Amino acid sequence: MADLSAYRFTKTHEWVRDDGKGEALVGISDNAQSQLGDVIYLDLPKVGATLGAGARFGAVESVKAASDLFSPVGGEVVAVNADVTASPELVNQDPYGRGWLLRLRVEGDPPGDLLDSAEYDSFAKADSH
Amino acid sequence: MSQDVKTVPLDALHRSLGAQMVPFAGHSMPLHYGSIRAEHLAVRERAGLFDVSHMGEAIVKGPGAEGFLENLVTNDVSKLTPGRALYTVMCHPDGGIVDDLLIYRDDERFKCVINAARHDVDLDWMRDLLSGHDAEITDVSAETVLLAVQGPMAKPIVQSLCQGQDLDTIRYYHHRFGEVAGMAARISRTGYTGEDGFELYLASQDAERVWAAILEAGTPMGLVPAGLGARDTLRLEAGFRLYGQDIDETTDPLSAGLGWVVKPAKGPFIGAEALAKLASAPPRIFIGLKLGAREIPRHGNPIYRGSRRVGEVTSGSFGFTVGRGLAMGYVEPDSAERGTDLRVQLRVEPPQWAEAPVVALPFYKRPGI
Repeated sequence: MADLSAYRFTKTHEWVRDDGKGEALVGISDNAQSQLGDVIYLDLPKVGATLGAGARFGAVESVKAASDLFSPVGGEVVAVNADVTASPELVNQDPYGRGWLLRLRVEGDPPGDLLDSAEYDSFAKADSH
Repeated sequence: MSQDVKTVPLDALHRSLGAQMVPFAGHSMPLHYGSIRAEHLAVRERAGLFDVSHMGEAIVKGPGAEGFLENLVTNDVSKLTPGRALYTVMCHPDGGIVDDLLIYRDDERFKCVINAARHDVDLDWMRDLLSGHDAEITDVSAETVLLAVQGPMAKPIVQSLCQGQDLDTIRYYHHRFGEVAGMAARISRTGYTGEDGFELYLASQDAERVWAAILEAGTPMGLVPAGLGARDTLRLEAGFRLYGQDIDETTDPLSAGLGWVVKPAKGPFIGAEALAKLASAPPRIFIGLKLGAREIPRHGNPIYRGSRRVGEVTSGSFGFTVGRGLAMGYVEPDSAERGTDLRVQLRVEPPQWAEAPVVALPFYKRPGI
């Protein structure tokens, strides 16, 4: 299992990993991909788009359902993962690694309510039904 | 869970294989063992092993059994000779479908295989209609496990486990009693995936051994366990209706495109008069729509023609082999012709539409058929 100490999570099941140099990767959690089932495609923003923290930036569609995606932090999209666009199953197979969705140039302070890995695990357990 | 959910005999085995279990038709069933997509593709390319023992089985026997079934179902039971299987529906007097079912004929008796979700309703319906017929019905669902081996490698895999039988001599929609992995089985060349394959009816206590033997023989040939998720995407590609989604008591077989199982010439049966009236003008028509690679329709999505709503999606999902979103559903007869341009409302908020022309079913056909 990946070392998740650098990851922070939202209550809408996205993660953000800040590289400490002003940029961050964004993806969805292992719990999210497991709940969704096989990802069939991702609706993601274009490079250059500006996202606000907590704003809806796209959707992930699986056999089971379509689920909106919300940005953990505010920033400008500097890269979209072409690998997941071509092979959406990467999100299921490696949600914290090769299944990353966006790279952002972070703007503004991170929201105060992001969870660390342990907090997110507790939240996800309580949240699931 | 508020309802009583039954476990199937192989429950512990599925969990040990990493199955994600879900409640379905009153049973805890494997949805998948890791990936619906991988299991779907494995069935089309090699083979999949399904536990579908949630289905119901009822034996009908007695001198009046054939007459009873002839009155009960729309298809012609007199054409069902020993060793054959018959797909049919049974209807209410108003033509609404009670269930779709498979009927096997053995020498002295029939076996009806019914949908899990309709088990209690079907048996009540059938038992209520028994009076006046010299026949009896025995529910054998609890003692029966049904395993399906489906895919191009299904035959060599099952053949390797039944030495005394030449499976080449069991044709499609035929069945024979034999032994699989040394256990007595009804070996039926049927399935719900659109691939070649076998459905094996076994005694519950023999199921674990046969499952293990199939996995052992099949894994080197690329067989994987497959769950209900893949079963659904496979049957959708193959254009097979699902009771409770595509057909139910509010739909008649003619509207549903199942007119080929309705044989008015055979004589009276429940619903015959209503269906005769509907035959000239069914109220709606069952159609297929092939959407884009990034458009996934779902049950309940409205279907429009221009700005006018003309119908509704009853089955929608993603076809992993055809690589497109697929929908089946009903539309008004004027909009049912192949090539008619329709639109499916996939989402209301944010609004998302898919344009698709009506296409023939099935969406996928096994090469060589």
